[in-house]
Amino acid sequence: MTLAMAGISKSFLGVGVLHDVDLDVRAGEVHALVGENGAGKSTLLKVLSGVHQPDAGTIAIDGEERTFANPRHAQDAGVAIIHQEFTLLPERTVAQNVFLGREPVRRGLVDTVAMEHATAALLAEIGETGFGPDAVVRRLSVAQQQVVEIVKALATDARIVAMDEPTAALAEHEVALLTDLVRRLTARGIAVLYVSHRMPEIFALADRITVLKDGARVTTLTAAELEPPTLVRLMVGRPLSAYYPPRATEFGDVRLEVRGGTAPAISGIDLTVRAGEVVGVAGLQGAGRTELLRAIFGADPFTAGDVLLDGRPVRLSSPRRAIAAGVAMVTEDRKAEGLALAQSVRENALLVLHAVFRRRARVGAARTRDLLATVGLRSAGEDQEVRFLSGGNQQKVVLAKWLAADPRVLLLDEPTRGIDVGAKAAVHELVREQAEAGMAVLMVCSELPELIGMSDRICVLHEGRLAGELPAGASEEDVMALATGHGVPHVEVPR
Amino acid sequence: MTALAERVRWAPRLATGPAAGTWIALGLVVLLAAAIVTARGGDYLTQANLLNMLSRTTALGIVAVGQTIAILAGSLDLSVAYLIGLTSLIAAEVMAGDPAMIVPGVLAVLAASALVGLVNGLVITKLQVNAFIATLGVGLVIKGILESRYEGPAGSVPVLFQRLGYDRIGPIPVAVLLMLAVAGAAALFLHRTRAGHHVYAVGGNVEVARLSGVPTTRTTVLAHVICSLCAGVAGLYLASRLGAGAPYVGTDGGYDLESIAAVVLGGTVLAGGRGGVSGTVAGVLLLAVLDNLFDQLVLDAFFKASCAAP
Repeated sequence: MTLAMAGISKSFLGVGVLHDVDLDVRAGEVHALVGENGAGKSTLLKVLSGVHQPDAGTIAIDGEERTFANPRHAQDAGVAIIHQEFTLLPERTVAQNVFLGREPVRRGLVDTVAMEHATAALLAEIGETGFGPDAVVRRLSVAQQQVVEIVKALATDARIVAMDEPTAALAEHEVALLTDLVRRLTARGIAVLYVSHRMPEIFALADRITVLKDGARVTTLTAAELEPPTLVRLMVGRPLSAYYPPRATEFGDVRLEVRGGTAPAISGIDLTVRAGEVVGVAGLQGAGRTELLRAIFGADPFTAGDVLLDGRPVRLSSPRRAIAAGVAMVTEDRKAEGLALAQSVRENALLVLHAVFRRRARVGAARTRDLLATVGLRSAGEDQEVRFLSGGNQQKVVLAKWLAADPRVLLLDEPTRGIDVGAKAAVHELVREQAEAGMAVLMVCSELPELIGMSDRICVLHEGRLAGELPAGASEEDVMALATGHGVPHVEVPR
Repeated sequence: MTALAERVRWAPRLATGPAAGTWIALGLVVLLAAAIVTARGGDYLTQANLLNMLSRTTALGIVAVGQTIAILAGSLDLSVAYLIGLTSLIAAEVMAGDPAMIVPGVLAVLAASALVGLVNGLVITKLQVNAFIATLGVGLVIKGILESRYEGPAGSVPVLFQRLGYDRIGPIPVAVLLMLAVAGAAALFLHRTRAGHHVYAVGGNVEVARLSGVPTTRTTVLAHVICSLCAGVAGLYLASRLGAGAPYVGTDGGYDLESIAAVVLGGTVLAGGRGGVSGTVAGVLLLAVLDNLFDQLVLDAFFKASCAAP
C-alpha cells in the first residue's frame, strides 16, 4: 500500500503551519520525516490521521483519493498513528486498550476471550513476551506501553504506521528494541512514517528522508545520499535576517551559578550567568530545558547540586523562596501559569509584590504606571481584564509582574511564543534593557535564529545533560549538532 | 484454554481490584458491629436485623449503581434525588390505585427518567456544561415542578404493586432481588458490552477515547440515561413502599450525595475510568451497617454523620 499526500496546506487562526507539502510513503519502507521544533511534522501527522483537516491538498491511498474527517476514517483506511503522547488508558488491560473502540462482539456481548487471544497472538507475532494481554497498562514500563501502542495499530490492520517521536520517552536500550520492531513491521510490507530528530536512529532505520522547514518541504532524498551534517544543514540552514538588539560588550560578576544541578529529567548541569549577560538554553523537545528553569526557580527543585546567587549558596526549595531571593521566571504557558486571566492588568502586575513582598506592595498607582510604561503595554486601562489583551500585551503584563519584584535573575521560558513580530521585538528590547541594568538572564527558546540572535552565550542540552557551550553568534548547525547528540568539538568560552 | 483455567486466571484480578478493600472493610465492620452489640447483650446477626438492613439499602443501592456508571464515565448526577421524588409521583398518579394501570405507570416512569437522563447528557456534551452544574440545574428544574404542583403525598399505588415493596421469596425481600438484578445488569453492561467498555474509556481519558474511535458523546449520554433510569426504578420502589408518591422522598433520603458517597467508598475513582458496581454494592452495605449499628447503640446523629463522611 502506498500513501501520497500532495499540496497539503494548513493554518490555524491565520497562522500558516503547513505550506503545500508533498509526501509519499511506499509499502515496506521507513520514511523519516525530520525538521526543527515547529517545522510542522506533528501537524502533518495530525492531518494524515484525521485529527485536523487540511485547508488544501489531497491524501491518496493506493492512488485513490481519501478524505479523513475524523480519526476513525483514517483507521478504516489502514492508517494508524502512534502519537507522541500515548493514547492508552492506564487503568485498563492491554487487550482492552488494543481493541478500544473496536471490541469484538459475539451474541451482543463483548467477546473478552477472543479479544485476549487476538492480543496474545499479536504480541507473540512481534516477539513480545514480557507481558500478557491481561496486564494492566499502568504497571507496564514506558517501552512496553510503546509496544502496546504498536500492537493497537496492528490490530486495526494498519498498512501505514506513522510514529511521532516514538523514542522521545525511551531509554537507550529500549530504543534498540523499538528499531528492531520497526524493521519487523516493514518486513511485513507495512509502510512506516517515522518522525524523529535523532540522527542515529534516522540513519539506522530510514530508507528515505523528507526534510520539513517552516512548514514547507525542503527535499526528499534517500538516506544513502545524505550524511548527518548535510541533513542538519538542510533542517536549519536559513539566513539570519531578523533584527536583534546589540549584544552586551561587558559583563559584571557571576550572578547565577548552578553546580551539578540534578533533577528527574536533568543531571549534572553546570552553568553560570553573569550580570548583564543573556544566556540561551538550546535543546530539542524533552532535552530538559524547561525542567532546568523550573528547578532553578524551585518549582521542581534540584534533587542534587548547588545553586549560588552572587556567589552565596542558596536553597531555592519553592518558587516563593526563589522569588524572595531575587529569581523571576516567565513560564512557557502564560495563560495557564503566567496570568490570572479574569483579573485586571493592575492586579496581575502587582501579583508577585502582593504575594511575596508585602512591605513593598504599598507602591501606589505611580509605580504601577511606571512598570506598565516600561514594558510598553497597550491596553484600555489598568482595569482591563487581561484575557481581553493580545498575546503580546499579555506577555508584557507577565514581564511587568516580575519586574515589579526587582529580580536579580530572570528566567525566560519561550518568552515570545505565540506573539506577533512587533511584540517579539519589544520583548527582545526589554530583555536586553534589563540585562544592561545588571540582571542575569537565562532564556529558553525553540526558535533557533531568535535564540542565537539574543544570546551572549548558548548552553545546549541533550537528553538532560549539558552537551556543550557555544559563544555568541554560533551557527544553527553547531547548535543542532550538539542538540541532536551529534557532538562537535567542545568549544571553550573565554570567561 | 479451559473454562477452569480462565476462572483461575481471573481470580487474582478480582481479589486485587479496587472493590476488594471495600468488601474486606465491610466484613470487618460487620464483625465489629456483631461483637459490640453482642457484648452489650444484644443479638446482632439475627435474620430480622440483617433483612432490616438489606431492605433499607435497596433504594440507595439501585440509585448508587446508576451513579456508578455516571461517575465511571467521568461525570456525576446530582439530579437523582429530585428525580426519585418526581418518578414516585408519576407512578402513583398514573396507577391511581388501579391494578390494570401498573404497566403504563412503570413505562411512564421509565420514559420520564430516560428523558431526564437524556437532557442531562445532552446539556453536558452538546452545551459543554460541567456535569456538576448541569445535573444540579436539571435537578432544580425538577424541584421547581415538584414545589409548584405538589404540597404533599399524592396519587395512590394499587395493593398489587405494593407487593414489590413488602413481599418476600422465602426469607429474601423481592426488592433486594430487584437491587441485585439491577447491579448484575449494570455489571454485565460494564464488562461485557462495547458501550460499557467505552464508559471506562471516556471516563479514563476523553481524548484517548476519541482518538481510538469511541463515540464519546453517545457514551456520556447513555451513561446518564442509565443513571436516571436507575433513579426511576428507585422511585418506583419507594412509591410501592409508601403506597403513594411523595415529592420529598428523594431529597429527604439524601440520595444524591449518599449515592456518590457509596460509589466512592466502593473504590470507584470520582474522576472516572476506574472502579465498578461490585464495590458500590459493598459501599452501600457498609453505609447501611454503620447506620444500623449507630441506631442500635442510640448514638448521636452527628457522630454518625461524621463516621459516614469519608
